[in-house]
Amino acid sequence: MRGHGVRNGLGLLPLLALGAASVGAVLPASAQDKGQATLCQTLEPPVLDPTAGAAQAIREVTYANIFEGLVGIDRAGKIVPRLAESWAISPDNLTYTFKLRPGVSFHDGSPMTSADVKYSLERAVAPDSKNAQKWIFTPIASVETPDASTVKVTLKQVTANFLYGLGWGDAIIVSEKSAANNATAPVGTGPYRLDRWTRGDRLSLVAADGWWGGKPAIPRVTFRFINDPQAQLAAIQSGDCDALTNFGAAEALETLKADKRLTVSIGKTEGETIVAMNNGKKPLDDIRVRRALAHAIDRNQVNVGATNGTGTPIGSHFSPAQPGYVDLTGRYPYDPAKAKALLAEAGVSGLTLSLKVPPPAYARRSSEIVAAMLGEVGIKVSIENIEFPQWLDRVFKNKDYDLTIISHTEPLDINIYNRPDYYFQYRSPAFAEIMAKIDATTDDAARIKLYGDAQRQLAEDSVNVFLFVLPKITVAKTGLKGMWTDWPIPATPLTDLSWQ
Amino acid sequence: MLSFLARRLGGLAATLLATALVVFLVLEILPGDPAAVVLGLGATPENLAALRADFGLDRPAPERFLRWIGGLLTGDLGTSYTYRVPVADLILERMAVTLPLAVAAILCAAGIGIPLGLYAAANANRAGDVGVMLFAQVGLAVPNFWFGILLVLAFSVGLGWMPSGGFPGWENGVPAAARALVLPTLALALPQAAILARVTRSATLEALQEDWVRTARAKGLTARQTLTRHVLRNALVPVVTILGLQFSFLVAGAIVIENVFSLPGLGRLVFQAIGQHDIIVVKDLVVVFAAMVVTVNVAVDIAYGLVDPRLRRR
Repeated sequence: MRGHGVRNGLGLLPLLALGAASVGAVLPASAQDKGQATLCQTLEPPVLDPTAGAAQAIREVTYANIFEGLVGIDRAGKIVPRLAESWAISPDNLTYTFKLRPGVSFHDGSPMTSADVKYSLERAVAPDSKNAQKWIFTPIASVETPDASTVKVTLKQVTANFLYGLGWGDAIIVSEKSAANNATAPVGTGPYRLDRWTRGDRLSLVAADGWWGGKPAIPRVTFRFINDPQAQLAAIQSGDCDALTNFGAAEALETLKADKRLTVSIGKTEGETIVAMNNGKKPLDDIRVRRALAHAIDRNQVNVGATNGTGTPIGSHFSPAQPGYVDLTGRYPYDPAKAKALLAEAGVSGLTLSLKVPPPAYARRSSEIVAAMLGEVGIKVSIENIEFPQWLDRVFKNKDYDLTIISHTEPLDINIYNRPDYYFQYRSPAFAEIMAKIDATTDDAARIKLYGDAQRQLAEDSVNVFLFVLPKITVAKTGLKGMWTDWPIPATPLTDLSWQ
Repeated sequence: MLSFLARRLGGLAATLLATALVVFLVLEILPGDPAAVVLGLGATPENLAALRADFGLDRPAPERFLRWIGGLLTGDLGTSYTYRVPVADLILERMAVTLPLAVAAILCAAGIGIPLGLYAAANANRAGDVGVMLFAQVGLAVPNFWFGILLVLAFSVGLGWMPSGGFPGWENGVPAAARALVLPTLALALPQAAILARVTRSATLEALQEDWVRTARAKGLTARQTLTRHVLRNALVPVVTILGLQFSFLVAGAIVIENVFSLPGLGRLVFQAIGQHDIIVVKDLVVVFAAMVVTVNVAVDIAYGLVDPRLRRR
């Protein structure tokens, strides 16, 4: 959701870059300093404390690098031990007992104990907590610390995704001594600590002494923040960046793929891009009208236009990167005639809808194509480009919209459809029942099956028009190994990296 | 001269206060909640309220305005909502990029544009003049971000001589920091140089038509002496006007170039602050920009006085 960069959208420039690339390709690569790496990304973290803001860039820089949680999420999306060496879940699924890893200390030298875990969890669940993902912690009834290396968390009710939530960046373990200053002077338990931050440009991390996992292969890493796609292209082609994540100019990918010094990978994210519809407003409260819109939009074409075909088309609100994914792209095939028939059946003619579009390039590009396709079936669309704060205020908070295009990037966030006051204004007892079952089902296979039912319910009700999952485009120097291909969680774990 | 200065400074203070009030009111009306931007789509009403209280946004508007103005007068610009650091520190950090860039660009533009304009005027309608005006035409027609991109493609991607963007910071050594500013300076300066060349040329040509030029020539001065002693001083008045306008433009409007070269300057800061609804930073920056523009205007007025004593009495 927060992957919104500011770009100038100069469509012609990649052509120029093609010319320059042919010059660049003949230059010899300079000797690589294996003690460091420069990673470039679009957005800068506003602060370095994942418990103080929702911006994705905070996690990209700090998750598993500066800060760690009890558990982590690996590159395949699996829950792995982190500060907790192991855990046991009581038969009634209400009590989680974590055994902490011995010999872990914060960057300021103080040891990490069960008291820190208790403090971190209670801080997140407190009434005045500013944690952006409070839902992770709300099921907690109590946190006990039988000894320095054991934490017992008791839940109010069975919550199947509790452990998964603890793997998020919002659930990092902090020290009471330093928590207040983590935004600008982070003190974590991770393999790296902050070295220097030139705001607006770059931030460097160095390997911390005495990390429990040993010394990372690359002791010094600099993150550089470049939001202009053309500037990103120039930076990777000139060798100023060793790797570039979330590359913005997908149309220049072919050029980069042809460059032997670079490797390009296109992975999946958790970013479901949708044409959200105001289900609470006439005439979109009529399922026939919503289905008409679904039939009127060719998601493959939108995907090609907005991401150069690097996204993955979806038919419901679920990422193909998740184990429970069901392919529902065939539920509403592109069929303008059927769309027109459905509109006629609903008695709707001469319809004008507003489409409020936030700044990210995928949204702005999709909006033009979507408006043209809806025009084909007789729906007039007035596009209104707005800034993200206005989007939050008008669309998200006040529900003053008909249609909008946005990517929901939180992992496994299908539960947003279970919030009656959410901006879709979707209310379905059937869906709520499925979600309640999911929460109460701890058996993985059974839960995965239920996720399938949830996706089908959303598709059946045609809540939104589901377009595609955002790609994760990574361009790296060929010698740099270990960058994540997929993005089960926004993160760039530096201990996975090495030079060859 | 003193009363002239006093009037100018009084006007400066009034302008800044009016600017502050207008920007405060506009940002009050503008929809958007800084706390919502920080907390994103998972935020609950309670944690939004907690954060708003942290930011002091739960106070009534008049109280917030007075606090802000009071802070400005004592040099306390408040704390950025997004970065959570004092805004004054942020602005100073960014100033260290934008100011050298703007000064270098204006010097570069004046150093290229004014001599070229004089040369063109002295050789009016000959080959040299046509060449200079052709350069000026191209310089005016091509926007500076385009120059910036061309420079990056040639000198960074192609030749690998210069960094493609970014700014290592002055603390990492002046050579490295200065190197990062070379291409952006050129990109900013070339279109300005083109404007200056044209203005200098036409102002010089106009001055050359004056009666006193004929008188000077009749007294026995050479063409070169007439040009440097009499014509240049008169021609400089419009040139100084343009330079003043350009300086304000360069400081406030380098946003595009800072974006092309991903430089952490003031332009990018204001751009980003608007995008994230960091209204305290936006408010402070607008006042800082206004102060800069007004100050440069006063400096230009003083420069008029120096160039042409007749203008001091106005």
